[in-house]
Amino acid sequence: MDISLMIALFVASAVRMAVPLLLGTLGESLTERAGNLNLGVEGLMMMGAATGFIAAYHTDNIALAILVGMLGSGFGALLYAILTITFRTKQDVTGLALTIFGTGFANTLGKSLANQNTPPAIREFAQATPLHLPLEPVASLPVLGPVLAFIDTAFLQHNWFVYLTFAAAVVGWIYLFRTREGLHLRMVGENPAAADASGIRVIAAKYVHVVIGGILCGLGGVYISVVNVGTYLENIVAGRGWIVVALVIFIRWDPLKAIAGSLLFGALEIVGFRIQHIEGLSSIPVFSQYAIDMYPYLMTIIVLVITYARKKAYQGPAALGVPYFREDR
Amino acid sequence: MRLRIAKKETAGGWRAAAIRIISVLVALLFSGLIMAAMGFDPIAAYLAIAKGSFGSARGLINTVTVAIPLLIVALGLSISFSMRFWNIGGEGQMVMGAIFATYAAHQLPETTPAVLYWVTMALAAMIGGGLYALIPGLFRAYSGTNETLFTLMLNYVAIKVAVFLRLVLWKDPAAKGFPQIKAIPEAAHLPKIFGVHIGWIIALVVTVFVAIYLKYTKRGYETRVVGESERTAHYAGINVRRVLVGGVALSGAIVGLAGFAKLSGVSHVLSESIGGGNGFSAVIVAWLAQLNAPVMILIALLFAAMEQGAMGMELALKIPVSVSDVIKGLILFSALASEFFISYHVVIEKGPRALLRQYRRSGRKELQADTPEGEDQA
Repeated sequence: MDISLMIALFVASAVRMAVPLLLGTLGESLTERAGNLNLGVEGLMMMGAATGFIAAYHTDNIALAILVGMLGSGFGALLYAILTITFRTKQDVTGLALTIFGTGFANTLGKSLANQNTPPAIREFAQATPLHLPLEPVASLPVLGPVLAFIDTAFLQHNWFVYLTFAAAVVGWIYLFRTREGLHLRMVGENPAAADASGIRVIAAKYVHVVIGGILCGLGGVYISVVNVGTYLENIVAGRGWIVVALVIFIRWDPLKAIAGSLLFGALEIVGFRIQHIEGLSSIPVFSQYAIDMYPYLMTIIVLVITYARKKAYQGPAALGVPYFREDR
Repeated sequence: MRLRIAKKETAGGWRAAAIRIISVLVALLFSGLIMAAMGFDPIAAYLAIAKGSFGSARGLINTVTVAIPLLIVALGLSISFSMRFWNIGGEGQMVMGAIFATYAAHQLPETTPAVLYWVTMALAAMIGGGLYALIPGLFRAYSGTNETLFTLMLNYVAIKVAVFLRLVLWKDPAAKGFPQIKAIPEAAHLPKIFGVHIGWIIALVVTVFVAIYLKYTKRGYETRVVGESERTAHYAGINVRRVLVGGVALSGAIVGLAGFAKLSGVSHVLSESIGGGNGFSAVIVAWLAQLNAPVMILIALLFAAMEQGAMGMELALKIPVSVSDVIKGLILFSALASEFFISYHVVIEKGPRALLRQYRRSGRKELQADTPEGEDQA
């Protein structure tokens, strides 16, 4: 196999690995921009993965699978929202509880369908490559041919779910930084009292974004079980929810940077897997698969430390983790 | 008319206790509804859980065994929590403790007497857990780095380190290619008293230590002052950084000890799953017990019973064992919500027009009575 094809295939799988991370990161960024640190991402992704898969299995309809996955994770996010926003509970304990609840809920629900495969129409959707270029006419051209072939293999052989996810990141950036509602949302996260005083409905904004954020996380779960793997397995999300919590810090709560961040972390996820086939490299401990698995977390820690050491850098929404009491003003 | 939420003066102990008990019952009710919706019989499930955890000597022994590391981790974390240092890195600190204990066990000659094994391994585990907690502790004290996320990430690093040790560095050549770490020697195993390994004695000793430390020692007092307000502590002449760093290290050391208890008492072989989720469950145990050490014994036993009983339930009724996580999560949700009902109450308030009428009728006084300080008259 020639080297450019190998790299292209590697990039293509990094893109696929990035999708659940990107969806989760978008969701958690929205949630944290509203001032709520939701540590329940893992649980929400599990709920999305299980409910989405059940719908996919029984209806063989991708739209229904997505819808049910959204409802499932939306239910979890709503629970979290009611507790942290209305009942003002401690956000990180509530998030941990949501992870325990969501994982248990998903594993209980999915138990009977574990190891089943998705039905044909959904598999067809997952394998479709709608943007694939017809390359036969240009394949023989000297420079253009190989370049197009590389681009095609790396970026254009994915299904709609993948493209819509990356589009969602761009939409998310526009929403946050170029619309009035996005400005209001950021204000709620930075200084809810000031936002309230200027007439923004703080509680409503928090509810809407926490629930939408949770649904985006859940869609990440739907992608994993329904689209990417095509089966439901116990603990299928496998800790990606926690990588998402890390990624959000890494990308500084910015949806555009989230694209780069999730591609990088997605690539790391498969580098470890691929490197075991390269003899000379994998025998060096630092490059062993198991050492590389550690890097996403170590990188996040380094980013965390640098962020807090450089007082100029954006350290996240100022009111993150603080419940809003109008009475305390 | 509109609804307003107001802070209450501290609720009476009985009222608070009643609200907490009701909240657990509400959680059980909701879990029952969820189970019924999934097509399982909730009453049979609860009975099976009770039978599996407390119904037999075997079940009881298993329940206590499961509760031991959970309790020790919760106790360790509670020292961090009382400083408002949100250490959710219990899992990592426990794994680190077990890694250090394993290392110590393999360094000692085979002829070492058992007691010396236990002491060395326990100390090594405390050093491992303590040092591992010290990293985020130092960063928080000196540069304000967010400890919640830092400790969370360190969990995964520790787990990956254990995987790495198992598959690469410490892979036992005698295991015929099976990727596992060499088991600790027989002499290093903890003996059993009343059918349970003596980790339970360690857990009780730690309970007493933490209760006394936080309540009756100078250092414990300083710890609590730092938790109340770092600024107050600073003005009172307390060296906040030193208390914080020392407290976090002690916290991690105790959590590390749980790693030793699990390794030496139950697993005997180090693996990445030695933490067993205790680091996360313990956050909840410590929190539900309101950082009260003796109460943690009760809650740790309850959680262990749920886990142990759920296994019996799966065997008997084919209800997935993960139902116990659903119940745990719901108990926690409703316990969290119950704090709200303990410290707030809902006031029905007159709307602005009614207030204005009232104001015109009777002058300023009554309107003032409605400012936040005078909520109870409202």
